[in-house]
Amino acid sequence: MSIFVNKETKLLVQGITGKEGQFHTRQCIEYGTNVVAGVTPGKGGQTMDSVPVFNTVRSAVEATGANASMIFVPPPFCADAIMEAADSGVELIVAITEGIPVLDMVRVKNFLATKTCRLIGPNCPGIITPGECKIGIMPGKIHMAGGPAGVISRSGTLTYEVVDQLTKLGIGQTTCIGIGGDPVNGTNFIDVLEAFENDPDTQGIVMVGEIGGSAEEEAAAYIKAHVTKPVVGFIAGLTAPPGRRMGHAGAIISGSSGTGQAKIEAMEQNGIRVCRNLGTLGELCKEVF
Amino acid sequence: MKIHEYQAKELFRTFGVPVPDGGVAFSVDGAVDVARGLGGYPVVVKAQIHAGGRGKGGGVKLAASEAEAKAFAHGILGMTLVTHQTGPEGRLVKKLLVEAGQDIAKEFYLSILVDRATAGIVIMASREGGMDIEEVAANTPEKIIKVRVDPLTGIQGYHLREVGFGLGLPKAALKEFSALLRNLYTLFVKNDCSLLEINPLILTSDDRVMALDAKVDIDSNAMFRHKDLLEFRDLDEEDPLEVEASKYNLNYINLDGNVGNIVNGAGLAMATMDIIKNAGAEPANFMDVGGGATAEMVENAFRIILMDEKVKAVLINIFGGILRCDVFSQGVVSAAKKTGITIPVVVRMEGTNVEEGKKILAGSGLNLINAVDLKDAAAKVAAAI
Repeated sequence: MSIFVNKETKLLVQGITGKEGQFHTRQCIEYGTNVVAGVTPGKGGQTMDSVPVFNTVRSAVEATGANASMIFVPPPFCADAIMEAADSGVELIVAITEGIPVLDMVRVKNFLATKTCRLIGPNCPGIITPGECKIGIMPGKIHMAGGPAGVISRSGTLTYEVVDQLTKLGIGQTTCIGIGGDPVNGTNFIDVLEAFENDPDTQGIVMVGEIGGSAEEEAAAYIKAHVTKPVVGFIAGLTAPPGRRMGHAGAIISGSSGTGQAKIEAMEQNGIRVCRNLGTLGELCKEVF
Repeated sequence: MKIHEYQAKELFRTFGVPVPDGGVAFSVDGAVDVARGLGGYPVVVKAQIHAGGRGKGGGVKLAASEAEAKAFAHGILGMTLVTHQTGPEGRLVKKLLVEAGQDIAKEFYLSILVDRATAGIVIMASREGGMDIEEVAANTPEKIIKVRVDPLTGIQGYHLREVGFGLGLPKAALKEFSALLRNLYTLFVKNDCSLLEINPLILTSDDRVMALDAKVDIDSNAMFRHKDLLEFRDLDEEDPLEVEASKYNLNYINLDGNVGNIVNGAGLAMATMDIIKNAGAEPANFMDVGGGATAEMVENAFRIILMDEKVKAVLINIFGGILRCDVFSQGVVSAAKKTGITIPVVVRMEGTNVEEGKKILAGSGLNLINAVDLKDAAAKVAAAI
């Protein structure tokens, strides 16, 4: 079992003919993802390798039955691309694009509230169910199929680091999700925690957060009330100075809110085992799961 | 992107938000000229730096005469202003805003910001103007008015009424306040602001409302559609190394420690800083070369780190995903050969093409310290200082 994506997922790629889109589409296909279509306005009728390209998401969905989309569209046009996917009946939208203006995402998020689809990202590495389906830019081979760990993170390479440690210690993963480093995003920690709690194969959850906002605090309260599985946590950015945006648009301590210390306290008070040193996160999971 | 108060007030004027008459000055004479043009005293002389708390730091003075205005301008211009937001090193004042003094009956707080939790645009207001709003929020949250605006429908009359009546404004000022707030919202959305704050907003004794202060932050991600606002960028307010890094699309922040570090990915970069601290050393910077870094970007990243005189050792931590370890290694070797390394460099690499990357580094003849994992890397770099 897994969450959100599996062998049945039929993926379309928005921005498939761009440099990033091509490269990562090939990586996903190589991993075993069923990529059924691509979309690049103006390039309908062409193919990228053997993947048919369409002008619009709607025509791609009608022709191929795609139920998920991976988006590599540049920031100025990405909000449009996400809304197009949502309006065309795509169930799962994974937006990799980094640098979307926050007011664009604010509009997208309010628009999506009227739809039934799920958005992961933007500014995220994507989602992978090891051995079944990879939608995103993460290196596939560091993962290990079969569980028992579910991984959820706001970061990209930091997630790879965590997954790599788990795999080297023989701890497989059910599904790994990067929810992205932007202040306004689609799927949040709580959505994923709920799904992992309901997934019988996920026996433990790794939650990787960072400074900025209050998503970790809210997730911690949710875990105490609703999650029975063990959760190991990590927060990046304890040494970050306030008022500075640490790479991610969302990773900023403003005033007294969003500090790493407050997040760790909230997590520990709610029964989460928080790892203080990234180098030992895998070992802690081995002990807890 | 942060902008100065005088620039924010230019935007305010353009969008029909009332502000005091005034102008920017870059010299004492210039300040006196602006003061004369205002047609009377008192005038306010305000230091223009990208940090709050200027009044408490001695950067804002009320002058009752031309002689006083001149004396204050002389005192503030060129001073190193220290506030709770500048850090102990403070900021050199190079610009002044000189404004007509106002007859203040009441002070309020008003801001517009993006609320992450509700994905809405939120207006915040309080009768406790001029105060530290975080303190008001913490101690007396009931004194803060919060109104969420649906970004799809925009600001409505009832939003304006909720804030206006909530502030207890006199009837005579309500109409003008509603126009001010509506214009402010338009300014916020049209310019992709991430924060817009007026503290204080004032009610004058003849029932007019006016922005006495103005703080505006623009979303850096949205600059592609605001080329006109780029001229507001003030490189004097930025760290020279950070300006250099921004030329190469490197995410770099200069910090106080002595261990330089180069990492790919913001989250991993933050975690690497933390692990350096855990090992008993202090990070000298945050440096995220990004997922798609080229050898040239890596070369520049390494060069910038080595330009920082505080740096006594460097930790390189790369988890190759999109950024391949061999590409990264080429960048490091190229930079090291051009700039020369005189300090210890610890390298920890993992991921795509790691073996090729290690071969490139090993064959370069550079004196690098290899680390097997993160724990090892942090310990080695702390020991190397």
